[in-house]
Amino acid sequence: MMDITRKLEILADAAKYDASCASSGAARKDSRGSAGVGSTGGMGICHSYTPDGRCVSLMKVLMTNACLYDCHYCINRRSSNVTRARFTPDEVVQLTLDFYKRNYIEGLFLSSGIIRSADHTMELVIEVARKLREVHQFRGYIHLKTIPEASQELIALAGRYADRISINVELPSQQSLNTLAPEKNLARTEEAMGHIRGKIDERHAEKRKPDAPKPPPFATGQSTQMLVGADASTDAVILGCADKLYTSHRLRRVYYSAFSPIPEPSSILPLKAPPLIREHRLYQADWLLRFYDFKVEEIASAADPNLDLALDPKLSWALRNRATFPVDVNKAPRELLLRIPGLGVRNVERILGARRYTRLRLADLVRLRLQMKKLLPFITAADHHPAKLGLDSDSLRARFLPPPEQLEINFDAPPKPATSDFLSVRSGEL
Amino acid sequence: MRTLVIEPEYEAWRAAARQLLAQGVSPEEVLWTDDRQEASLFVGEAPPDTTAVPGDSAIKVSAAFMDLARSVAAHTDARRWGMLYRVLWRLTRGAERHLLAMATDRDVRQLQDWSKAVGRDIHKMHAFVRFRLVGTDAATGREQFVAWFEPEHRIVRLATPFFEKRFAGMDWSILTPYECAHWDGTRLHFTAGVSRSSAPDEDALDDLWRTYYRNIFNPARVKISAMQSEMPKKYWKNLPEASLIAGLIAESTGRVQGMLETEERAAKPAPNNAYLKSLHAMNQREAAAPNQESDPA
Repeated sequence: MMDITRKLEILADAAKYDASCASSGAARKDSRGSAGVGSTGGMGICHSYTPDGRCVSLMKVLMTNACLYDCHYCINRRSSNVTRARFTPDEVVQLTLDFYKRNYIEGLFLSSGIIRSADHTMELVIEVARKLREVHQFRGYIHLKTIPEASQELIALAGRYADRISINVELPSQQSLNTLAPEKNLARTEEAMGHIRGKIDERHAEKRKPDAPKPPPFATGQSTQMLVGADASTDAVILGCADKLYTSHRLRRVYYSAFSPIPEPSSILPLKAPPLIREHRLYQADWLLRFYDFKVEEIASAADPNLDLALDPKLSWALRNRATFPVDVNKAPRELLLRIPGLGVRNVERILGARRYTRLRLADLVRLRLQMKKLLPFITAADHHPAKLGLDSDSLRARFLPPPEQLEINFDAPPKPATSDFLSVRSGEL
Repeated sequence: MRTLVIEPEYEAWRAAARQLLAQGVSPEEVLWTDDRQEASLFVGEAPPDTTAVPGDSAIKVSAAFMDLARSVAAHTDARRWGMLYRVLWRLTRGAERHLLAMATDRDVRQLQDWSKAVGRDIHKMHAFVRFRLVGTDAATGREQFVAWFEPEHRIVRLATPFFEKRFAGMDWSILTPYECAHWDGTRLHFTAGVSRSSAPDEDALDDLWRTYYRNIFNPARVKISAMQSEMPKKYWKNLPEASLIAGLIAESTGRVQGMLETEERAAKPAPNNAYLKSLHAMNQREAAAPNQESDPA
């Protein structure tokens, strides 16, 4: 009989390749007036960070890492020789409560290898959530991974207990799935996402009617994850898939996870360096789609389907579309301000607020702590008109490139984006 | 020139500021300080008379400014009271009612910076407080927890309502060097600060938590600067998991090397499982007729 420490080792290790850790966007609830603990509804909180730069927000574990499927990017596939373990529902419940009460975590992210059948696996996962909510009055965050082939009744039940549910797309085309994840099917995944969206919408719509009976509770959002670098999909294909999921199924988030070396590699998918910069650029592009009104074709077109690894996608777009610039920060509409490299959503709002009362000069922009070097060629201000020559010049791109040695992709010392890049990924500021 | 000693909290500043504003005292005429020692160096005037406040009702400022002031008040910078009063003066007597929309204004920017620092400190307190189980109340059966935290600013009262909502079902105390907060299931109350030695160092669950932390870390994607920008070293001494960081980084290269040197495994044939068989059959049907709606039944 394996002890709880050994199980946690195996089942946390098995869960680490899921990038999602969001604990925001839940309905507001808290423990006041109950004998339990837990609250959600505010900003998500990252309770720790590991040296891979990822936050620890939810306790992310698998129910079991035994799995019938054979997804070749996955350490838990049936062909892997990894040690298998299995939690009982009570063990996960106890760990969640113990960790939560010590303020180590925001809640639970529970997924599982698929054993016996999709429905059987979902039942195990749901049982944990049910006990937490109904037996222990747990009001913290619960994210449940669901299986597209599970029955709709079970997905509805999962959504009843969870704040967020998700199904991973993993790869953006069925062709790639056929080779690397032969049990998975993109059409069925999207169909299940469509049902989930229907349930989320239903709940929101009925909430607006004052006299209607209260709809059954359901998760407030769904998300997914795509692996980057395991197959040959271009960034245009990946972003196209993400955009489709955002628009047709209204996903809260699409996570991009660079395929990184795993123990127990498969002969069908040789290990290589994780494309971390590419992952980072995809997140930036994703932000441009969601918050900056960019279209996929503007960022990654059929003719030029991959993001420039050396420059952020907004700057890259600006350099390809120089005729749009310079933009007058005192007059341009919001949508044009959002296109200026180095200007994030928050600072666009600040500029719009301030310019109602004053003509903005460079000193004003400096006080907003904008990245002036990046900004200057692309804007005009009351006391600044960039040299037209500068904007046309071929040297403009070179000016923004990082020093050449950082471009080498060296597995022993992966290139590191600047700290400001990481911060911008989190805040959504570009 | 008058010198005002503000007990370092928002309500005291607000009362004094309201008085001064009503009396038409301009910001240049007031020296604000947190510190009684320092104040005694100046020739202080009598504190303002709080009984009669002419024109009090005429002073109206936005809720946004009050929120900003409440947050800035928790900052430790001694200049905050004067700056808050100056901005209040400009908003009211200075007829710059739109001032808060001017993020480009020096004074506004300074207040926003202070407020942001306080907000971050509160957020980090919510994240990095670690409760330790110290016992169970014999009468109520409630578990009792104690945490130690060292905030940078005076945020205990601003940060603790969050803990009240989240941990209503347990008794807890959060101890800090300048003020402590206590919850017993019915009442949140505050006492004076204590020293580090008053709080327990460990919890029986810390080892299991470290087990989790060690295993959720992915050695193939080390990004130390990303970790440190969000979890600066100053917090590490009170985080049970932080003792693992150096070792995890040191081992990571060797662990990845080991993965790269592992012999690749061939795919195993599918086991005899009814569900898997039905799944494969479904996939084959869909591959043969990719345009039809999939039918999971």
